[in-house]
Amino acid sequence: MTDTPLSAPGASVGRSGRVALRRLGAGLWPVLVVVAALIALWYLACIPMNAQGSLLEAERAEIAVTPPTAAERRDMGGLALTAANPTVAAAGAFAQDRPRLPAPHQVVAELIDSTIGLRLTSKRSLVFHAGITLGPTLLGFAIGSLAGILLAVGIVHSRVMDLSVMPWAIASQTIPILAIAPMIIVVLNSVGIQGLLPKAIISAYLSFFPVTVGMVKGLRAPAASDLDLMRTWNASTFRTLVSLRLPTSLPYLFASLKIAVAAALVGAIIGELPTGAVRGLGARLLAGSYYGQTIQIWSALFAAAIVAAALVALITGIERLTLRRMGLAR
Amino acid sequence: MKAVAILLVWAALWSANVRLARSRTGAWLAPALFGLTLLILWEGIVRLFDVPTVILPAPSQIAGAVADNLPILFADFVQTVLKGALTGWLIGCGAGVLAALLVARSEFLRRGLLPVGNFVAALPIVGTAPILVMWFGFGWESKAAVVVVMVFFPVLVNTVAGLADTGAMQRDLMRTYGAAAGQELRYLRIPSALPFIFNGLKIATTLALIGAIVAEFFGSPTQGMGFRISTEVGRLNLPMVWATIVVAALAGSLSYGAVALLERWLTFWHPSQRR
Repeated sequence: MTDTPLSAPGASVGRSGRVALRRLGAGLWPVLVVVAALIALWYLACIPMNAQGSLLEAERAEIAVTPPTAAERRDMGGLALTAANPTVAAAGAFAQDRPRLPAPHQVVAELIDSTIGLRLTSKRSLVFHAGITLGPTLLGFAIGSLAGILLAVGIVHSRVMDLSVMPWAIASQTIPILAIAPMIIVVLNSVGIQGLLPKAIISAYLSFFPVTVGMVKGLRAPAASDLDLMRTWNASTFRTLVSLRLPTSLPYLFASLKIAVAAALVGAIIGELPTGAVRGLGARLLAGSYYGQTIQIWSALFAAAIVAAALVALITGIERLTLRRMGLAR
Repeated sequence: MKAVAILLVWAALWSANVRLARSRTGAWLAPALFGLTLLILWEGIVRLFDVPTVILPAPSQIAGAVADNLPILFADFVQTVLKGALTGWLIGCGAGVLAALLVARSEFLRRGLLPVGNFVAALPIVGTAPILVMWFGFGWESKAAVVVVMVFFPVLVNTVAGLADTGAMQRDLMRTYGAAAGQELRYLRIPSALPFIFNGLKIATTLALIGAIVAEFFGSPTQGMGFRISTEVGRLNLPMVWATIVVAALAGSLSYGAVALLERWLTFWHPSQRR
């Protein structure tokens, strides 16, 4: 962030006494507090969200609840029901089979069950489904980033391409591409192209744009004096590209690759929806929503989140390594 | 023979484009001509090679479908864009900015929420669509809810980053003027945050349309753009699908353009707006 360093002129005005305290609070601690607060909020939200279900179960177990029949309760909100029967609603909120909002520990338990608890080849294993989704994600990411880099090289070197392609590249992103994902899948299917490629195309389309924009910025990042130096050495355009522009653009490239890989995963998940929901994380989402298996939906969602985080972390790791070897790391 | 004809047309139009780009009006005409080139090539390829409509309809067929189905397309537009996406966008962006104003008041919250917000903004939030459709029903309310969830974090993260983007000198100046916290917010923090906020709003506009349309795949009334796309694909009525996409693209580009215009009007002083 743009927090001013303590050595900046005037930076210590009015905060000298708090500096020590701020040091303590730096780093992981605030994040942990916020995450803990979010989880607590989640548990709290479970009570009114699941009030209908908990009261129904309580009624079946012949515990007195305030509006005694389900018909009377149907039109009442969760908050009103909780206010009428606080203990019953709180007692039954966290262990239902099909809660409207599963409690965090239920989701975590399902996640562990369906990853460690099963054989990897099992149709119910989330690792299996994540693997199915990962294939098109990575292929699409590779195609998209490569296309993005090539397009950026073209745009930087040709005024015609800069003028005519760039506005359309921007316009292409205002088209809700995810909306036409089913069409791409069905159409390619009708020509006989199946499997990895159609989903990879959607992922590629989503990931090419951030890379193009980032790389255009990055390839133009070299200082004018550096470019002049290349010119005094009579370096060819290609030489300048390889020795000056590409190395300078690497920080920009990695920043946009992180966005691109997350977008590619979203593309692959959406690409699975119209194929009839057989395999993959998107399929788990769709199947869960068909059969009202909320815990399954949430665990698929968290699996997707974990995959996204892992992919971004992987690129961050590569970025650190590369930039350190190039002496660019701060 | 046919391929040669296509290539010749492309070469002619591209060389015209190269010449245009050198002239002064090139900045406006070159992209227009490039778009026209794509359309002509598309039409030519479809006609010369007899591409089946099922795979790729010609632009003229799509235009025909748009003209024939205007009432349906308009009803879908109202259902998805005005009711679903716009409502969600307004609520989500409003909530994002308000939450950011609260978060920015506390250094601790800022340090805690920014990494979490950045993480959530990178997640496949579209995945919450089936859950929200389950909670809010098949109507436009669930679509608006998906949009709210999708746009909240990008706007929050950008606004928080923007509100923190004031120099120590500027803050000291406000203090020498004896500015109250509200005045500092009004005259220093919000103006300097505006470029960041607009960055978030622009991301939010494209996300909003995607969210509203994709949420309809998980359940919708018998109108709406997502519903139209998924049913017409099932009937292999591709010109109608493309007509819906044209409407979506127009809606997306126009709303993006509207936000960009508003940005130019409000942040005319920012270096990126200078010409």
